[in-house]
Amino acid sequence: MNQPSDFLIISVILISIGIYGLVVKRNALRLIFSIELIANAVNLTLVAFSRMVSNPQGQIFVLFSIAISAAEVAVGLGIIVIAYRFYKDIDITEYKNLKN
Amino acid sequence: MVDAVFVGLSILTIGSAIITLESRELLYGGIALAISMLGIAGYFLILDAPFVAMFQITVYVGAVAVLIIFTVMLVRSPNTITQRETKKRKIAGIIISLGFLALFGTLIGNSVTSQFSFANNSNVVDIKEIGKKLLTYYSPVLIALALTLAGSIIGALALARREDIEEKNEST
Repeated sequence: MNQPSDFLIISVILISIGIYGLVVKRNALRLIFSIELIANAVNLTLVAFSRMVSNPQGQIFVLFSIAISAAEVAVGLGIIVIAYRFYKDIDITEYKNLKN
Repeated sequence: MVDAVFVGLSILTIGSAIITLESRELLYGGIALAISMLGIAGYFLILDAPFVAMFQITVYVGAVAVLIIFTVMLVRSPNTITQRETKKRKIAGIIISLGFLALFGTLIGNSVTSQFSFANNSNVVDIKEIGKKLLTYYSPVLIALALTLAGSIIGALALARREDIEEKNEST
């Protein structure tokens, strides 16, 4: 039988993969992939604890969280498309005019 | 102790999460992200949350992954691996992520969290209860969420509009 700590370990591994992507990758789409991985790891933790205390509130919160991250992806991809139109590249080090 | 289904799901999820970031082609990265989301949905099924699992599959694999793949096709750039991604930065990233992993792994292993266990044959959360709570206590949140989604989609549409083309079409 699985224990809650197993799911927590999986979630920590996913978060560390996401942190690696956020630190190393300079491609805007890869950064969105990393953010998605971290958001999913957090959802996994919430559902594991919701199962542990057998309370539906954790699952309800995860439903809200999934919807919010869908909205976030829509806006992020819109920003990437318009930035690609201006700079002809999706490398975030090229986006120098956004700094000031 | 963990069972075989859990180990298989872990390999699927974590392996495709690594492929997401390290694949040479951006399109394969998007597909691997969708597979990783499917693995997370499998965890939700193991955790007796079938409604959340179906929601995850619908939203992430059905909507977000398709959106990402369309964006990859739109912005297909020739150099997916750039010079800015230097070896020094890569080593720093690996050290930071391994440090995070070691820190929280030992924290989970040594704290009281490792002794928690799932209550056996307890009353599993049923879907009716979730629906009831969503429509009674959490109904303001649901309305605010709907407005947020609509606002973000309208904002994304407004961002992606091409004003130069529209002005050209109006003048002719």
